[in-house]
Amino acid sequence: MSGLQRGLGWLAVASLTAGIVMALGVAPREATQGNVQRIMYVHVPAILIAYLAFAVVLVASVIYLWRRAAGADRLAHASAEVGVVFTGINIATGSIWGKPTWGTWWTWDARLTSASIMFVIYLGYLLLRAMIEDRERGARFAAVLGIVAALDIPLVHFSVYWWRTLHQPSTLLRPGPAPMDPTFVVALTINLVAFALLYAYFLARRVRLLEREEQVLA
Amino acid sequence: MIYARRAWIVLWKDLLSERRSKETLNALFFFSLLLLFLFQFTLGADRERLVAALPGLLWLGFILSGLVGLGRAFLAERENDCWEGLLLAPGDKSAIYLGKVAGNLLLMLLVEAILLVLFAVFFNLDLAAHLLPLAPVIGLGTIGFAAVGTLFGAMTAHVRARELLFPVLLLPVQVPVLLGAVKATEAVLLGEPLAAVGHWLGLLAAADVIYLTVGVLTFDAVLEA
Repeated sequence: MSGLQRGLGWLAVASLTAGIVMALGVAPREATQGNVQRIMYVHVPAILIAYLAFAVVLVASVIYLWRRAAGADRLAHASAEVGVVFTGINIATGSIWGKPTWGTWWTWDARLTSASIMFVIYLGYLLLRAMIEDRERGARFAAVLGIVAALDIPLVHFSVYWWRTLHQPSTLLRPGPAPMDPTFVVALTINLVAFALLYAYFLARRVRLLEREEQVLA
Repeated sequence: MIYARRAWIVLWKDLLSERRSKETLNALFFFSLLLLFLFQFTLGADRERLVAALPGLLWLGFILSGLVGLGRAFLAERENDCWEGLLLAPGDKSAIYLGKVAGNLLLMLLVEAILLVLFAVFFNLDLAAHLLPLAPVIGLGTIGFAAVGTLFGAMTAHVRARELLFPVLLLPVQVPVLLGAVKATEAVLLGEPLAAVGHWLGLLAAADVIYLTVGVLTFDAVLEA
């Protein structure tokens, strides 16, 4: 592990610690939802960084098809894995938050639905990679799927939003933008930075590991 | 012009071999008939429940038969070194993609027409009253399905577990098309004008354009094999 990676890892640990302290200690208790709301400090950064991760998959996939650079393929692979993990964290925390707030673990709410569809699409992406033995072919096919998947995300969003909202007005409590205490924003920003650093660290580690795997197999 | 001709040749070749073997179409016809039985037996004889679920059942039928049909589109190319022939074909390879999409589209539309008639007979679907507004909905939905299905079918043709991987990749990506098509079909069957589902038709059209564009641009990388 290079010094730079090690530094990145420690930076991620430090900022995550700061984020937890801010979220659990410093940020005020939300008036209506109580302490449950604090899960938002994990929930929101996770999905935002997952979007970033899938955007990286798209860019790396395009670069791979264009230049056939093995590095771009490893980047896409690693970023998709981390993105799936972060989407999973988002769905799990949302479900935990939903139980006391909505009274149910799962509801076909627009955002829940689109996040879970995105999760399944990229799980399929990883499955495709795992199922193709030929490395170069796997990289090509995954790049095509990485592009289709990323362009599909806005379509999924619109369709699910219309599906849930246009025909039946939601009676559920929505996590809309309420007038927020600035401490909320500060705590959220710190956690967002922490998750971004964690993403960068995971990405760097995973790319390195994929590189080593290829060296061993070569 | 020569590009369109190349696409046409691929389409014509597929149509010809299908006309001579009738392999896929016969099986798909039988399959869609069985689907009708399946829907009837699993949902029971309750007429009202069937009518309420009709738009969903209709598209379930389209998609299940589409999955079976599209997954086979490139299997024929794997025999007798046909794949090498496609690779050696001169010019832009995306013409092959468009030819294959057109072939798959025709196949699916044919099976969908059969299913519509079967639905009219078995489930009392008033086809004559709804066919005109249904046509654009079914057309736009099927184009999106065929565009991605053809691309993924070419990819999974090389994978051992293709029967598993093909639907697993295709279905989640097709969620927007499925939602749009089912919602628009539902509205049409309720007698609403097409203008009321304009946003869904717009979404389907956008999906079609996006999928076809990506397919044309990336098919080269898929065909390489």
